[in-house]
Amino acid sequence: MKRKPPARLAPALIGLVALTLGAAPALAQQQPLPASNAPQAAPTTAAPDDGGLTGSVTGEGAWQDLGVAIPAFPTDNPVPTAAEGGNTAALGKSLARVVYNDLKNNGLFKPTGPDALPGVAYPQVSAPDFGGWRARSAEMLVQGFVRAAPDGRLTVGCYLYDVALGSELARQGYVVQPADWRRAAHKCADMVYSRLSGESPFFDSKIAYIAETGPKDHRRKQLAIMDSDGANHRFITNGQATALTPRYSPDYQQIAYLSYLNGNPRIYVYDIGTGTQHLVLQSRNPTFAPRWSPDGKSLLFSMAIGGNTDIYRIPATGGTPVRLTNTPGINVGGSYSPDGKRIVFESDRSGSQQVYVMNADGTDQKRISFFGGRAATPEWSPRGDQVAFTCICGNLRVAVMNPSGGDMRFLTNSWQDEAPTWSPNGRIIQFFRTEKNTGRTSIWQVDLTGRNERKLNTPVDASDPAWGPVLP
Amino acid sequence: MNRKLLVVTMLAGSLSLAACSSNSAKNRSAAELPPQPSAGTTTTTPPPAGPSGPTAGSQADFVASVQSDTIHFDLDRYNVDAQSQAILQSQAQWLARYPGKLVTIEGHCDERGTRDYNIALGERRANAAKAYLVSLGIDASRITTVSYGKERPIALGSDEASYAQNRRAVTVTVQ
Repeated sequence: MKRKPPARLAPALIGLVALTLGAAPALAQQQPLPASNAPQAAPTTAAPDDGGLTGSVTGEGAWQDLGVAIPAFPTDNPVPTAAEGGNTAALGKSLARVVYNDLKNNGLFKPTGPDALPGVAYPQVSAPDFGGWRARSAEMLVQGFVRAAPDGRLTVGCYLYDVALGSELARQGYVVQPADWRRAAHKCADMVYSRLSGESPFFDSKIAYIAETGPKDHRRKQLAIMDSDGANHRFITNGQATALTPRYSPDYQQIAYLSYLNGNPRIYVYDIGTGTQHLVLQSRNPTFAPRWSPDGKSLLFSMAIGGNTDIYRIPATGGTPVRLTNTPGINVGGSYSPDGKRIVFESDRSGSQQVYVMNADGTDQKRISFFGGRAATPEWSPRGDQVAFTCICGNLRVAVMNPSGGDMRFLTNSWQDEAPTWSPNGRIIQFFRTEKNTGRTSIWQVDLTGRNERKLNTPVDASDPAWGPVLP
Repeated sequence: MNRKLLVVTMLAGSLSLAACSSNSAKNRSAAELPPQPSAGTTTTTPPPAGPSGPTAGSQADFVASVQSDTIHFDLDRYNVDAQSQAILQSQAQWLARYPGKLVTIEGHCDERGTRDYNIALGERRANAAKAYLVSLGIDASRITTVSYGKERPIALGSDEASYAQNRRAVTVTVQ
């Protein structure tokens, strides 16, 4: 690899953009970066790829114990910015902190962050001091930079180095508005995570959930949203009407949820851009448990008529519902397989809540859960290989099984854990936990080993998490 | 067992629920309500000083006139048992006496179930109560149902006694 003097970083960047910029997504525009002076490992021969998870929980690679050093991201020119810190130098440290927290909080890595490391000079970003990092026992090194353009937009570069080999493993650059600075850090963490684990990214994503306050018999429940790390928290509804079970549309533009607005439970679709909402179906009957199709064009919902509940599909913009189940009893929920061809759902037609699978048109309904106790709230993994559900087996516990009902495993063991939702890459599950007696709720997440469990920080109590896809 | 106290608690609770069914009073708690005029046979608590008796056809009159405004269900069940049938019969008598009155039946579940299913189960319970009233000759168009799933517990413990109280259908007059 040809050595590039640091002074020529910017012109080289522009040149590369002009050469290779393809169909770039709008929000966090990804931008090619100049190569570092380190030799680049060919992706096909890099060891971490071979150690990637392949769907088995026993496939943990040694990458999980890698020491990852993440020093502050330097800037070429400390100028004011509307992003955190007020200037690009302070912002660079915040960026590295977000990357550090992403990698640390999910139990996947043991990183060392910018508050425990010396700073690096701007030219070193693409010419790391490998000897110095080896002396600190770092195995992997994440370096980046931040620059502000005259129009305020930020360019953030992100490099991943293998310290022992002295080679560059990956690099990416992002152009973001100052308000979206955290997204650049999440994209950087995603790049590091993906390159070292072989898994798809998930940090740059959002969560819709229900914020809860007040005593157990007068709980106020508001629709709220936040980034995957809890940042950028925002209440959507004011709590006047009880809100429950939100689901983000795949493009993050809308949220379907249940509201007791006007006294009766009905599904509404809230549009984030306009702040308006519409009733999905005008009906005298209660509608609940909304779920998006993978293409975002239709919704599954459940409707009770005369005490009997069935699952229906309806265009997301409204229209005529199509009934998919027609057995006596409660058929409820539903979650599409990633290819949209099948639906996993819950039914008590056998006498107790169990999990069933059917084709997307409602044909070929088959029970898949046969392990004693009841099985509820099935959610199909975005990878397609697993179904997460709530096992009502004495306590309520989050468990997974394959789509045929085999290989059932518990992931949690508490008094009441329910409503699992998958990370966009299908490796982590969020759910909510209710405390005995007090009724207080909180959102937790657990990886597929069941070992790395942690509580998410939310401003108030929280339930019904719904994790959306990775942002484009 | 302290059944009298239980009944009083339920009466207060049902008034609270009635208040909750209008949006403006959503967060009013039972404790904030004025003491209710009580001339019913279901309680021996001395009636507080105040009005001489509930207005005919009012919610207070309904509560005072019927055996109970609430029926209970077994775990995961929605059938109306003999005790509940007697309660609903007393409600049907009141409804026959005031043919212009409408009611809403609120279905509830205990906390040991999942959210969506409990909304469906609460609806099924409310409908079971409605169907029984209809079988007694009450016009179905006078009865609406609403399920609160596990969202509005009346007993706040995490124990079987609380769960049994929370698995219920409450009849509330529409005033």
